[in-house]
Amino acid sequence: MKSAARLLAFGGLVAAFGIAGIVTVRAADQTLLNVSYDPTRELYSQFNDAFARHWKDTTGNTLTIEQSHGGSGKQAQSVIDGLGADVVTLALEGDIDAIAERSGLLNADWRAELPNNSTPYTSTIVFLVRKGNPKAIADWGDLIKDGVEVITPNPKTSGGARWNYLGAWAWANTAYGGDEAKNAEFIKALYTNVPVLDTGARGSTVTFVERGVGDVLLAWENEAFLAQREFGKDKFEIVAPPMSILAEPPVSVVDKVADKKGTRAAAEAYLKYWYTREGQEIAARNSYRPRDPEIAKEYEKSFAKVELFTIDDIFGGWTKAQREHFAEGGIFDQIYKN
Amino acid sequence: MSRGEAGPRSSLPGFGLTMGLTLTWLSVIILIPLAGLFLKSFELSFDQFWSILTSRRTLNALKISFGLAFAAAIVNLVMGTIIVWALVRYRFPGRRIFDAIVDVPFALPTAVAGVALTSLFAEKGWLGAPLAELGIKVAFTPLGIFVAMIFIGIPFVVRTVQPVLIDLDAEIEEAAASLGANRWNTVSRVILPSLVPALLTGFALAFARAVGEYGSVIFIAGNLPNVSEIAPLLIVIRLSEFRYADATAIAVVMLVASFLIIFAVNRLQRWAQTRTPAY
Amino acid sequence: MNQPQVSMSTAREDLRTEPKIIRVVIIAIAVTFLTVFVVLPLVVVFTQAFSKGIGAFFAALSEPEALSAIKLTLMVAAISVGLNLAFGVIAAWAIAKFDFRGKTFLISLIDLPFSVSPVISGLVFVLLFGAQGFLGPWLQANDVHILFAVPGIALATIFVTFPFVARALIPLMQEQGTQEEEAAISLGASGLQTFFRVTLPNIKWGVLYGVLLCNARAMGEFGAVSVVSGHIRGETNTMPLLVEILYNEYQFVAAFAIASLLAMLALITLVAKTILERHLDEGQLPGD
Repeated sequence: MKSAARLLAFGGLVAAFGIAGIVTVRAADQTLLNVSYDPTRELYSQFNDAFARHWKDTTGNTLTIEQSHGGSGKQAQSVIDGLGADVVTLALEGDIDAIAERSGLLNADWRAELPNNSTPYTSTIVFLVRKGNPKAIADWGDLIKDGVEVITPNPKTSGGARWNYLGAWAWANTAYGGDEAKNAEFIKALYTNVPVLDTGARGSTVTFVERGVGDVLLAWENEAFLAQREFGKDKFEIVAPPMSILAEPPVSVVDKVADKKGTRAAAEAYLKYWYTREGQEIAARNSYRPRDPEIAKEYEKSFAKVELFTIDDIFGGWTKAQREHFAEGGIFDQIYKN
Repeated sequence: MSRGEAGPRSSLPGFGLTMGLTLTWLSVIILIPLAGLFLKSFELSFDQFWSILTSRRTLNALKISFGLAFAAAIVNLVMGTIIVWALVRYRFPGRRIFDAIVDVPFALPTAVAGVALTSLFAEKGWLGAPLAELGIKVAFTPLGIFVAMIFIGIPFVVRTVQPVLIDLDAEIEEAAASLGANRWNTVSRVILPSLVPALLTGFALAFARAVGEYGSVIFIAGNLPNVSEIAPLLIVIRLSEFRYADATAIAVVMLVASFLIIFAVNRLQRWAQTRTPAY
Repeated sequence: MNQPQVSMSTAREDLRTEPKIIRVVIIAIAVTFLTVFVVLPLVVVFTQAFSKGIGAFFAALSEPEALSAIKLTLMVAAISVGLNLAFGVIAAWAIAKFDFRGKTFLISLIDLPFSVSPVISGLVFVLLFGAQGFLGPWLQANDVHILFAVPGIALATIFVTFPFVARALIPLMQEQGTQEEEAAISLGASGLQTFFRVTLPNIKWGVLYGVLLCNARAMGEFGAVSVVSGHIRGETNTMPLLVEILYNEYQFVAAFAIASLLAMLALITLVAKTILERHLDEGQLPGD
C-alpha cells in the first residue's frame, strides 16, 4: 500500500521536475537559429563551423548556430507560426516572401539587403540516372518517354521540386516556341511518369537511391553530387541537360526576431560571410555554384556546362511564376485535377 | 458499470472535486484546443467549407484514408479472430512469445514502423523482392498504405476479443455439441455470436486508428495526389501551402468521424459490458 | 493473457476443439501473419542498426544530437506520464465510483485523442499557440515560448497519451465496486485516507499498466510532435524525429540505431505488460 502511495508521489515529483526543466532559462551564450531547407544540411554544418571560428576570432564572442531543416514551404510556415529563426536560408524567394507577407517579421524588400538579390550561392537542376544510363536520358524531352519513371518531390511542399518544375517548363517553352498549351501538356506528361511524390527533396533522393524506384531523379545539382559521393559513382551517373534553370536559393535576416533577441549584428555578419572568399569556397566545395566570378573560375571543372536560364528570363520573376503555376488552381493543380 | 451500489448519492466523498478536476483538465488539454479547430473552421462560409471538402483532391484523400482503413480493419477482423483463436484455444511452440508480440505495433513508434515496413516491402526488400517477381508492388502504392494500416491495427481486434474468448463458458459449447451440433455449427452459431460485440469494438478501434495514421504510412505510401495521398498528409501539405482553411476543414471532418467511432465503441461496450483494453 | 483452465477429460476436450488439420492450418495462418507483419519489421530495425557492427551502433548513440534527443524524449515522457497519471486516477475515481448522466459521452471525450489523427493533435496546438493563432499575439508580447519549444512538445504528447491511465483504471475500478470504500468511510476514514489505504492498493497494478502504455506512446509519438517541434537540431528533436532526420541524411545505421533503442523500449514495455497482466488476472486482492 505504501508502495502505491510512493508510486503516485514519484509520478508527481517527476512531473514537477519536468516543468522546472522547462522554466530554466536557456543558455546565456548568443545563439542563432538558422531555419533552412532540406538539402543544405551538409553545407551549413561546414559553414556554421567556419563562421563560428571567424566570429570568435574577430569579436572574441562564442556563437552557437542551431539548424532546423525540412521542406522549404513547411519551414516557412513554421517561422510564420512563431519558430524563432534569426535567419532563414530557404529554397525559394516565394517562401521568404510568404514570411514577410503573412507575419511581417521582415520587410518586403528583404532582397535588397545583400548582393545578388540576397542569393549568395546558386545551383541548377540536373538528372541523376542509374549506372550506364539504361534509358538513355540526355535532355528534358526524354523524361516524358513511355516507360521512363521520373522521381521528383511535390512542388507544393518542396522548394527543389518547384525548381524542377520550372526547369521543365523553361525547356518546353524553348522547345515548343512559347506555346503555353504545349508546355502544360509536356508538364502533365512529365508528372504522369512520376510514381512517387515525396514531400521533400531528401525523401525523393532516398526513394530513388535507396529504394531503387525510378529511372531518373530530378535533383539539385549539389544534391546529385552528394548522392553520388554517399552512394558511389559506380552506381549513379549525373546527366546535365544542355539547358536548365538557374536556381537561386535566397537568405535573409528575420528582422523582428533578431532585433528582439539582440542578435542582429551576428545574424547580418553570418549572412555576409557567404560573400567572403571562405564562404564562397565552402559553397563550391559542397557543389553549390559560387557567385564570386574568381572562385567560380577556380571550381569551373567541378560543374557541368549548362546553359542557364533565370526565373526572370522565362517567368517574369518569382511572384508571377508562383501565381500562375503553384497557387491554388494554378497550372500544377490542373495536372492533378483531371 | 451501472451497479446499484454506485450512484450520484453514493456515500463516497470527492465526486464534486474529482469531477471538477477531470472536467478542468479535459477542457485544458482536449476541449479548448479542439474548440480552437472548430472556431477556425467557422471562419469559412458553408459554401467554402463544402467546396473544400468536395474538391477532387480532398475527396480522394478522404476516400483513400477511410476506404483503405476500412479494408485494413476487415483484414484485421478476420486475421485477428484467427490469431485469438490460435492463441487462446491451441498450444504450439512459441505461443507465449507470439501472444506478447501482438502488441508490438502499438508500442513501436510509428516512424520506426514506417521506415521498417518500407525497407521490408521496397523492391529491394526481403519481402518486396519476391513480391516484385510476382508482379506485385507494395511500397509506394496504395497497397503499401494498406499494409501499414494492417500493421497498426493488429493489436486492437486481438486484445478486445481475447479476454471474451477466454471467459466464454465452456458449458454452452458442450451443450451444443451434446445436442448434436457439429463443430462448425457450434462455432458459427454459438461462439461467434457471443464474440460479436468484442469483434465490433476491435474492428472500430482498428478502423479509427488507421484512418488517422500518419507516421507509419507516409514513408511507404507513394504520396501521389488522388492515388496514394492520405488525408492526414493532405492536411500537412495544405499547411505548408499556407492554406489553413483547407487544413482545418479536412481536420474537422476527420475529428467528427473519430468522435462518432469512439462514441459508438463506448455504447457498444456499455451494451456488451465487456472489459475494454486500455487503448 | 492466461489460458482457460482446461483440465477436463479428453472426451470433453474433443467437444471443444477442431480436427487436427484445421488446428494446424489456423496456427499456421496466425503465426505467418504475425511473422510477416510484426516480427520481420522488428528484425529489419535491428539488422540495419547492427549492419556496420556494434561499434557504429554505439558511436551513433553517443552523438551529442542523439543524446539530446534521448534526454528530451525522457523529459517529455516524464512530464506527460506524470500529469496523465494524476489526471487518470482522479478521472477514474469520478467516473467509476459514481453514476451520472452523460457518462458514455464523457468517456468518449477522454478516449477521443486515441482516435484523432496525430497530425490534427499537432495542428490544434498550432492554431492555439502559433504566432497567427488565437493566443499567439499575447504569448509573443509576453515572450512565452510554447510552440517549437519543450512546452509545445509536452502538450502535444499529453494530448496524445491522454486516455491511457484513465482507460486502464476505469473498468478495473468499476469491477471493484464501492463496497470497500464505503466500509472505510463508515468506519470514519477520510476521503483521502480511504483512497490511499483502500482504493490505491487495489488498483496499483492497473495504475502501473496504464503508466506503461502511456509511457510507450509518449516516447514514440511522431506525427503530433513533428507538427509542433520546429526540428531545431539538438534542441527540439525527440528520438522519433531524429530517426526521420538521420534517415534523410543517409545515415541509415544511426537512424536505425535510434530506432532500435525505441524498439527495445517497446519490447521491454511488452514484457513488463505481460507480467502485469498476470497480476491483474490474478485479481486484485485487498492489502499489500
